[in-house]
Amino acid sequence: MAKVLVVTSGKGGVGKTTTTAALGAALAQRGDKVVVVDFDVGLRNLDLVMGAERRVVFDLINVVQGVAKLPQALIKDKRLENLWLLPASQTRDKDALTEEGVGKVIDDLRSRFDWVICDSPAGIERGASMAMRFADEAVIVTNPEVSSVRDSDRIIGMLDSKTVRAEKGERVEKHILITRYDPSRAARGEMLTIDDILEILATPLLGIIPESQDVLKASNVGTPVTLSNADGAPARAYIDAARRLCGDTVPMQVPTERKRFMDRLLRRRAA
Amino acid sequence: MSMGLLRLLRGKKASAPVARERLQILLAHERGMRGQPDLLGVLREEILAVVSKHVTLDPTKVIVRLERGDDVSTLEVDIEVPNDFERKKAAVA
Repeated sequence: MAKVLVVTSGKGGVGKTTTTAALGAALAQRGDKVVVVDFDVGLRNLDLVMGAERRVVFDLINVVQGVAKLPQALIKDKRLENLWLLPASQTRDKDALTEEGVGKVIDDLRSRFDWVICDSPAGIERGASMAMRFADEAVIVTNPEVSSVRDSDRIIGMLDSKTVRAEKGERVEKHILITRYDPSRAARGEMLTIDDILEILATPLLGIIPESQDVLKASNVGTPVTLSNADGAPARAYIDAARRLCGDTVPMQVPTERKRFMDRLLRRRAA
Repeated sequence: MSMGLLRLLRGKKASAPVARERLQILLAHERGMRGQPDLLGVLREEILAVVSKHVTLDPTKVIVRLERGDDVSTLEVDIEVPNDFERKKAAVA
């Protein structure tokens, strides 16, 4: 049974595209057949983060409008056998996304893949509502920061009312993914705690991705972070999150500042 | 414990509890408003309709503001009335 998963947040810059690429790659590495779909029409970036920016010929809008067939627009990942990308259009605007057209594409993707991961644009307008419209599950990417938590709450409200599942009286299964978590700032009481965020949003936790240079390095070279440095803390956190999405029970690792402290200590000694 | 100790040593107040409290208050309010008609919009339209019965108004010069306080909130309605208002009133009478 294919699952449609939307990666959303409301707020921009919290890590939706990074998360889409990382979870997509992690699920594909497990052997599932995965497509990541960019819904950010006009501002596409998933192709860049996936390292496929020079291979885009057709896009989601072309398929929605019948200009291209789905197999023509799908881009196969060069590293992973099971991973595909459906890019967004860079030139059209989001009004080209009709509900009927998107619904048909999603149905077609469901028949070809195990996971259809929709990378939502920021905001709450057409692109974002189309990305979540047909979702079975949602990953709400949240930074430990007031504006991000507020926007996540708004998005949770939309997932519970504006999706096809919600309108049928069914539930979209929701997960919070906390990204850019900085253990040292959390320890100093400068950052909302994991418990605060979960209590406020009343939604279960999928994982905690620590703030890390790995993420920027991965996007610089166009490789999902789970592939570029598979042993790094963010990659491990994403791989665990992907396992939880598949129903595995994986103990939650809360990033601590111990390593950083040791680093500092070692560096000081070395100097 | 260690969080408190660290803070004590640095002599700084943690800002995270403030963030938490502000969010809880705000979201309780926003969740209640969800799906409700836009109160300020409705008020603005209706006030505009009433005043327009008697005075010619520029609809863009009607400003409705709501300031939420802990115990009471204030609703501020700012209507700019043209200077020939008195003359028009006299003409009508």
